[in-house]
Amino acid sequence: MTDRQTPSGELRSIPALLARNVARFGDRPAYREKEYGIWQSWTWSQAADEIRAMALGMLDLGLQPGDHVAVIGRNRPAHYWGMIAAQMCGAIPVPLYQDAVAEEMTYVLGHCGARMVICGDQEQVDKVIEVERTIDAIDRIIYTDARGLRKYDHARMNSVADLQDRGRKAADRLGAELDARTAALDYDSTCVMLYTSGTTGKPKGVVLSNRNIIETARNSSEFDHLTEGEEIVAYLPMAWVGDFIFSMGQAIWSGFTVNCPEGAHTMMTDMREIGPTYFFAPPRVFETQLTSVMIRMEDAGRIKRWLFKRGMDVARRAGPSLLDGKPVSFGDRLAYGLGRIFVFGPLKNTLGLSRVRVGYTAGEAIGPEIFDFYRSLGINLKQLYGQTEASVFITQQPDGQVRSDTVGVPSPGVEVRIGDNGEVYYRSPGTFVEYYKNAESTASTKDPEGWVATGDAGFFEEATGHLRIIDRAKDVGKMADGTMFAPKYVENKLKFYPSILEAVVIGNGRDFCTAMINIDLSAVGNWAERNNIAYSSYQELAGHPQVYASIKDHITEVNKSVAQDPMLSGCQVHRFLVLHKELDPDDGEMTRTRKVRRAVINEKFADLVGALYDGSDSIHTRTEVTYEDGRKGQISATLQIMDVPVFGDAAQTKVAAQ
Amino acid sequence: MNSMTSDGYITADGRQIGGKLMELKNITLRFGGVVAIKDISFDIRQGEIRAIIGPNGAGKSSMLNVVSGFYHPQEGEVWFKGQRRQPMKPHQVAGLGVARTFQNIALFDGMSVLDNIMTGRLKKMKAGFLSQAIWWGKAEREENENRAAVERIIDFLEIQNIRKTPVGRLPYGLKKRVELARALAAEPQLLLLDEPMAGMNVEEKEDMSRFILDVNDEFGTTICLIEHDMGVVMDLSDRVVVMDYGRKIGDGTPDEVRNNQQVIDAYLGVAHE
Repeated sequence: MTDRQTPSGELRSIPALLARNVARFGDRPAYREKEYGIWQSWTWSQAADEIRAMALGMLDLGLQPGDHVAVIGRNRPAHYWGMIAAQMCGAIPVPLYQDAVAEEMTYVLGHCGARMVICGDQEQVDKVIEVERTIDAIDRIIYTDARGLRKYDHARMNSVADLQDRGRKAADRLGAELDARTAALDYDSTCVMLYTSGTTGKPKGVVLSNRNIIETARNSSEFDHLTEGEEIVAYLPMAWVGDFIFSMGQAIWSGFTVNCPEGAHTMMTDMREIGPTYFFAPPRVFETQLTSVMIRMEDAGRIKRWLFKRGMDVARRAGPSLLDGKPVSFGDRLAYGLGRIFVFGPLKNTLGLSRVRVGYTAGEAIGPEIFDFYRSLGINLKQLYGQTEASVFITQQPDGQVRSDTVGVPSPGVEVRIGDNGEVYYRSPGTFVEYYKNAESTASTKDPEGWVATGDAGFFEEATGHLRIIDRAKDVGKMADGTMFAPKYVENKLKFYPSILEAVVIGNGRDFCTAMINIDLSAVGNWAERNNIAYSSYQELAGHPQVYASIKDHITEVNKSVAQDPMLSGCQVHRFLVLHKELDPDDGEMTRTRKVRRAVINEKFADLVGALYDGSDSIHTRTEVTYEDGRKGQISATLQIMDVPVFGDAAQTKVAAQ
Repeated sequence: MNSMTSDGYITADGRQIGGKLMELKNITLRFGGVVAIKDISFDIRQGEIRAIIGPNGAGKSSMLNVVSGFYHPQEGEVWFKGQRRQPMKPHQVAGLGVARTFQNIALFDGMSVLDNIMTGRLKKMKAGFLSQAIWWGKAEREENENRAAVERIIDFLEIQNIRKTPVGRLPYGLKKRVELARALAAEPQLLLLDEPMAGMNVEEKEDMSRFILDVNDEFGTTICLIEHDMGVVMDLSDRVVVMDYGRKIGDGTPDEVRNNQQVIDAYLGVAHE
């Protein structure tokens, strides 16, 4: 392993680290992208050339220090390069969510006053042109994919290739200035600005300095012993802090290879081809993968099913212990070895996880069954807890101390304390500088000593020193009778069933809890197919009596398990309905990172909430939906409402009430 | 309104349309006693999107088959690239730079998307049987070149994720797209599309329209299409030929055609007194 000591004077920015990588790993692959069916690859030296050409081009177009450069597109080397090129010019990259509609984009682009926007394709360019009608700060659009853009007015628009040509031509004239600007970057200059998805209100621009990013990247790389030999697949939204830390911070600190898939739909194939050694995914990705494996196994022949079952039994018994280095009997070791050859080895290969050395999941709670499934296959999947304001890392699980219900110990360099109200606070080198143009929010989030409130309620387990998160602090409420209401806790239990995609539990200040359920179309659709249940739309399937019956069974099971926790037994779901549409970020019901916005849902579906509590059996409703292109439409449906049995004390209360 | 230039015209959206790529003069096509096409003349110009529309049984598909050289009209002349075209076999027409898609998808169901599109390159592969059998020298080089060309089309039509999927397993809308891909693989000068949007939902139609416009824009391919959906036709095409009962009843820009009384009568019906 090459030594990577504390950054000395000159290693205090991403461009400086890039130069170090060119000197140290010049001929190793830095970026790969699958295009035209082939993995195209760039070494650190080649990438540095491309980036320099882009930076010179930007300089030639008049980019000034302190300007903002927005990047909107899928994960592509050119987009990462664009961000580094902007930094070299002293400008600040602002990656945005590419699936945001023009309206949302207008706010963010206006707020940061971006002068240059790098767009992935025509779709993004169109949105930016629409935004330009209300905002006039933007004076240049750079695009990567030229398709469909030929006829556009190119007076203020360039392709990336064009930008680089311009840059190469201007190299003699502007080279010295670029070097001067790059040299002027220090630990306190802004590295990137990321907009938080904001479960409430307008998104806030989180300013992260070079210190934040580089210190965090160094600490976390050392924690997991990442080397220049790692391979990662960059597929998570570029606007999300996690992608910036993994594909930019850690990649450039450790010098490993960032692989960009061909497109969102080819992700699984591309994963398999690359075989990443370091992998990050939100629980949803692991859930989807597991669901598809289970669906396919159910369709498989008898022998295969038997093999899979036997193999998984062994894996569940021996796998996690083997990973943690705990003692395992010789017989189990032997069986596990055989299983690896015949069952989980090939399965891991199919999932593209054969080479994963370190895997992380975060963002939401992961189901213990799902977590254990991957661990038992021998995949070192761990949990971490973090947020944008902390440059991701707050706590993470060290090798050998992994559990599904905790989020680990504080990351290196991070201090964590629990407030009087149970809220988690942290202070770290990664703690953000400020919210851009929002001193008020900065002050209310970060106190003068640098402690930041996470907004999550949690506690440290005394025996292990691991942190456990219960719920969002502001979501934890009280029922009418004063018992604790923690919706997320119940929702997570519900979401562990493959057929339930999303659940919203309501009950704050009420007599009892109710739930709105979103079914998972792929899992329920497959089940319908196998049981010869015909349906023509999501809506029809969601309202099917047999679907209702199976959801009712799931909720009953969850109620049983919730009833066992005396503190939370009041959170059992008494009544539920299955929603007629999927909760969607386009309709504002979820954030772009797919977290439920409770307030919006309570307001938008007020009629449904009403029906859940007034005892009616069904309700007719009309809901506005937004299509991908921003147009709006309406769907109407009659939804059934069903009662569910509850257990323990709650059951008695209800009987008494009746 | 299109403004005329010395050779061709400029469209409303500013595209330069060239001279005549194909010209059909006084075409009459009979099947026994049935007259499918009666004395029709029109031209297709370099770079334009030309539509043929008409009610059911108007003779549109027959017309397209005449253009593609599949039917040989009893009367009239077909001129292509300035030369009178003699009756020829479909593969000879393909060699001249004409490719088409079919109303009822005609793909190889058991073959992968990639292989299906590769068949569109058949005319470009010249290596001998032996060389292909041992896949060495010219055959290998040729396959690599052709594969690269096919990959560009796959990228263009955004079907990377189904590259290796057998066509038989694809939904209808995607099959249509694969068919377009195969036609494009031949790098045609003239692309004939027989009802490219039949049976599609609104979203699929929008996608397909986008691709047709992009093909025309990106590769400069001249496109002649038959389509039922009037909205689509009017949005896509530069000029429209309207047929009814085997006769041509209108020819011009979408606006001209839309206001043509005969066309309105043919589509909406007319009261018989």
